[in-house]
Amino acid sequence: MDTRVAKKKLGLKERYAAMTRGLGWETTYQPMDKVFPYDTYEGIKIHDWDKWQDPFRLTMDAYWKYQGEKEKKLYAVIEAFAQNNGQLGVSDARYINALKLFIQGVTPLEYYAHRGFAHVGRQFTGEGARVAAQMQSIDELRHFQTETHALSHYNKYFNGMHHSSHWFDRVWYLSVPKSFFEDACTGGPFEFLTAVSFSFEYVLTNLLFVPFMSGAAHNGDMSTVTFGFSAQSDESRHMTLGIECIKFLLEQDPANVPIVQKWIDKWFWRGYRLLTIVAMMQDYMLPKRVMSWKEAWEMYAEQNGGALFKDLARYGIREPKGWKDACEGKDHISHQAWATFYNYNAAAPFHTWIPNADEMQWLAEKYPDSFESTYKPRWDYWREQAAAGNRFYNKTLPMLCTTCQIPMLFTEPGDATKICYRETNYFGNKYHFCSDHCQHIFEDEPEKYIQSWLPVHQIYQGHCFKPDVDPTAEGFDPLIAVLQWYEMNIGRDNFDFEGSEDQKNFAAWRADGMGNTGGAAA
Amino acid sequence: MSNVFIAFQANEESRPVVEAIVADNPTAVVTHPTGLTKIDVPQRLTIRRETIEEITGRPYDLQQIHVNLVTLSGHIDEDDDQLTLSWSH
Repeated sequence: MDTRVAKKKLGLKERYAAMTRGLGWETTYQPMDKVFPYDTYEGIKIHDWDKWQDPFRLTMDAYWKYQGEKEKKLYAVIEAFAQNNGQLGVSDARYINALKLFIQGVTPLEYYAHRGFAHVGRQFTGEGARVAAQMQSIDELRHFQTETHALSHYNKYFNGMHHSSHWFDRVWYLSVPKSFFEDACTGGPFEFLTAVSFSFEYVLTNLLFVPFMSGAAHNGDMSTVTFGFSAQSDESRHMTLGIECIKFLLEQDPANVPIVQKWIDKWFWRGYRLLTIVAMMQDYMLPKRVMSWKEAWEMYAEQNGGALFKDLARYGIREPKGWKDACEGKDHISHQAWATFYNYNAAAPFHTWIPNADEMQWLAEKYPDSFESTYKPRWDYWREQAAAGNRFYNKTLPMLCTTCQIPMLFTEPGDATKICYRETNYFGNKYHFCSDHCQHIFEDEPEKYIQSWLPVHQIYQGHCFKPDVDPTAEGFDPLIAVLQWYEMNIGRDNFDFEGSEDQKNFAAWRADGMGNTGGAAA
Repeated sequence: MSNVFIAFQANEESRPVVEAIVADNPTAVVTHPTGLTKIDVPQRLTIRRETIEEITGRPYDLQQIHVNLVTLSGHIDEDDDQLTLSWSH
């Protein structure tokens, strides 16, 4: 090299030390354990916080510089997308329903993560961990904002996106992601990091973001690809925090190992259940498929997770308890979930549909051991019924798993024809579960989970109607009353894609784009 | 022996980084999932600042990879001159 930059005064390692160490201090007006009450109560023993290292050694000054660069790149694309009517370039209006699920169920989690990391950043006594948690807290707020900005453009043209924050606190299936994060945020700070940074970000997040963003690219959605990649560039740092945190806990004291193992068992399973919705999106909701859930699971969970747990074995950590059942589930969960949403589409503010012949063929090829034998006959039957004018809508409410809050739609390990039911008695009350693992999670902390806000129970108890509703009035329709409480636009946000306003509008706009006559926009 | 991997957005800023990885890690396997460039290497992957600088002919700060990084696996060790991903076992 003939041109060299002026030698930096400090190397990366020294800069990191200068910018993260010595920022904390021993309190004198109050005892340390009163100022940091959550640092010890989980039983985790930390002897030397200085052993905590961010392997990227990112310091706040560099953080702002690179985050600023990412934002500029992202907003240039979002603007161009909006100015060029990018929404007309997607493969098919069915695709938009994946975005509806994203803004309804994923974006609010970014906000929870922002709050969660702000909280643990305050509670740790080690400065390295506090700095890392603070950066992540800011990242997550950025993700919430950029996703909201990017998707707000679609909200101008499509139904099912206009009230996502309101829905997150009320609509039945959104209690699944909501309860996941509330469970994590109400754990102690070390459990929170094991749950979110390690089990979710490190072990499972590739399954959410990588196929979702590749799927968006495949379906012509430049705006989503760009916010996804922008978020994902922070995600690599979050994953690193996750694995660093686990190594740190395991190296600090052997007594931490069984506590961490229990959290890994719990949070792997909770995260896996949460991703059911991603499995269904990949296999059923992308008009142009990118890879099947099964393929993604094999690449990102089995191969990569396998390598990870082999590596952690030296600390006495084994793969999570639910691992084998999750691997078996790769042949089933997407089909089971989409069928459930098809059933309950009157109560869900996005559209569902029966896969077309071409898509059935793809599913049969990707799922040679399960699709044709177990799931296709059901779609064939529903298709016949729909063609005869009997599109099936289930009007009764399903039993929910008390832990993951998903309707009891999963099947027994080893038998995909039999729904899996488990139950536990706790002080004379019966609690229901979708799996052994959700049952065990409950039994370990029943005092916590008996407080779950289960949507079906709440509806039956009459808590999900508008205040002025009279359930004793003649002709009272409880389902409609619940949808009114959700503040859904009934007939526009819900029901089958076939015949929907989204479908009609998109076809009209596309026709309009092809010439100068016809195609009046709504 | 397990693989480690790293993936970048497929763009012009990542290109010299990918080329440098391929030059410095003879067992690297490069794939191109939509929108991405993913590099898998058995056991250990190293990114060297000098190699990137030789390719582009100008100074490079390794932390710039954060702008285009999408995902990775393995334990990380980074200083001013190199970034290494590895599994210990």
